[in-house]
Amino acid sequence: MFEKKSGILLVAGFAFFGIAFLSNALVPALMYRHLPEQTAEQLVNGNLRLQFEDLARRYPDSFEKAYGTPPEDPYEREAWFNQNCADALRRGRKIYVGEGCWHCHSQFIRPVSNEDRRWGPVASSKEYQNELQRPVMFGTRRVGPDLSREGGRRSNDWHAVHFFRPMDVSTDSPMPRYPWFFDGEPDRPNERGLAILTYVQWLGSWLDSYPMYEQYEESPVLNMALEFTDKK
Amino acid sequence: MADTSDASPLPAHRDLVDERLVLWYFVAACSYMFASMLGGLLMALQLVNWNPISEIELLSPGRWRMVHTNAIAYGFLANAFLGTLHWVVPRLTLRPVLDKRLSWFIFAAWQVVVTSTAVGILLGEAQGLEWGETPVWIDPLALAGLLLVAINFMAPIARMKGALYVTLWYFMAAFVWTFLTYAMGNFMPQYFVSGSSAGAVGGLFIHDLVGLFVTPLGWGLMYYFVPLLLKKPIWSHGLSLVGFWGLAFFYPLQGIHHFLYTPIPMFLQYGAIISTIAVELVVTTVIVNFFGTLWGNGRAVVTNLPIRWFYTGMVFYFLTCLQCSFQTTLTFQALIHFTDWVVGHAHMVMFGVFSMWLFGIMTHLIPRILGVAWYSRRLCEWHYWLSFGGLLVMVSDLILLGPFQGWSWAGLQMWDASIELSYPFWVTRIFAGLAMFSGLLVFGWNLKKTFELARSNVPAAVAVPA
Repeated sequence: MFEKKSGILLVAGFAFFGIAFLSNALVPALMYRHLPEQTAEQLVNGNLRLQFEDLARRYPDSFEKAYGTPPEDPYEREAWFNQNCADALRRGRKIYVGEGCWHCHSQFIRPVSNEDRRWGPVASSKEYQNELQRPVMFGTRRVGPDLSREGGRRSNDWHAVHFFRPMDVSTDSPMPRYPWFFDGEPDRPNERGLAILTYVQWLGSWLDSYPMYEQYEESPVLNMALEFTDKK
Repeated sequence: MADTSDASPLPAHRDLVDERLVLWYFVAACSYMFASMLGGLLMALQLVNWNPISEIELLSPGRWRMVHTNAIAYGFLANAFLGTLHWVVPRLTLRPVLDKRLSWFIFAAWQVVVTSTAVGILLGEAQGLEWGETPVWIDPLALAGLLLVAINFMAPIARMKGALYVTLWYFMAAFVWTFLTYAMGNFMPQYFVSGSSAGAVGGLFIHDLVGLFVTPLGWGLMYYFVPLLLKKPIWSHGLSLVGFWGLAFFYPLQGIHHFLYTPIPMFLQYGAIISTIAVELVVTTVIVNFFGTLWGNGRAVVTNLPIRWFYTGMVFYFLTCLQCSFQTTLTFQALIHFTDWVVGHAHMVMFGVFSMWLFGIMTHLIPRILGVAWYSRRLCEWHYWLSFGGLLVMVSDLILLGPFQGWSWAGLQMWDASIELSYPFWVTRIFAGLAMFSGLLVFGWNLKKTFELARSNVPAAVAVPA
């Protein structure tokens, strides 16, 4: 068996792969089978709607160009905003993936390394059971900070300027510029710009503790270092 | 090795191997390596804000970062492996591949797949799967290509009888695994599951792509070329068995170790960690086996350039696996996950091990295909030392940087502090990368001159258009 075609193909090739697939892929899939997957429409919440309508107020021309004018009837208007917001989320996610944002920003808070103090609640599975996490945007590298608690922390204006030229609001940031999200000026985001702004404002908008600001207490490590220098 | 029970004479090499195809694969591979390194350079310059072209959409570093990894995995490694397989499989089985026209079709089709992957990514069409950013509309085509590759190479292997040589165990398993891995990783988290489950599949995909596509092909080639170049058999057949079956069982079980401390259930994370540590023991047996083979011929590392590439890669392989068995523990993960430690680790695997092996193989095979010695042995040495030196500096630099970043974050310093402290390391990394890049340029120049030499020597023998 160990050196023959049948053994290698059937046991090593298929059976061992199958065992790994069962334990590493099917088991988690089965464990979450009762957790319904949410659609982008279901993900639109009050916090996000506030940000989305803020976009409409701040950038009326851009907004109208991208989505048209909302209907007058209040019910239709409500549905219109919700639908456009959901579409913007889908589009924003596609841009987030296409630009490789997820290679420098993670989307999960670990229960270690003081991450919950910096960003907010530790990640849980139900936050990820939705169509915008196909495939999931956990990420594996942080050049910039985690974004899963970013929504609501900063204004749309801040994000617009930051996407246009990151160093203007975040000195020495190595983040690339994204002028193609705008029509020449940071206050004129185009359809792509509005979508990515919506997506970023969505991240964490579902949490009770929204928005979660960084705790600006002095770093314990820094204090220790200061004590050390005092003693010397 | 091959079963030749009938007394027919050995088939001629020219009936077995399509040398032009092998050469074309190598040229394609090196071109993608060039593209990949350009992408890496662009990203490296961006990190220290030296990127001069930051406002052009198609040259966005974020997109080129994905081209960087995909061009290495599917452009360089896959092409170089396929070229070498076209040499090794027919010579080992003494039978040609299923159909030479199919071979050329696969070659052309694969270049279409890789080029359209790069174009798709640059147009912003990437799929959100690490190491699998290939746009979703290319995935079925790539999968069909992998199936054809398996059929083409399995045909000669299928006609062998009885026990097979170690190399062919690895190859056969790799053909099955690569196909299954690609299908699982690209389709399941995209169409069937989302969230944490998609994360588990994604981790398994990242892991299996290295472990079940690149690793078995790489080791299979080592089991073929090392005994051939040292003119002696592998030290222990028993250890070869342990190595293959250990890898086959433990390697695929580790996918989730890429996403430790995520919401993926903790018992699955523990399972992945334990199998990661287990595979390190298996790796040690393989390394012992190969150094046992080298025992008594140590000078070959100095005199024989391919052997030097191979054994350098093996040392890096041991280091990278040793590193992995530490970094997979939750203690290490808390500190080094998300940092440049992991980036260093990835470069050590993809360049330090497998690219080094494939460069060694090219160094060995290209003079045989062209029928002349290398234009310059000295340039071959430069290629080796620039690649080795550059990689060593890059990897040490990034692995050292990792803990500093991790401590800066855990110490709740302002985020900018971690960028500031990374700066000197990132600058160093650019120069290390430039050394590796110039190694490739030296190799390309040497290849061009050797090719010209071959054409002027025997114009009739080589019919490859320039």
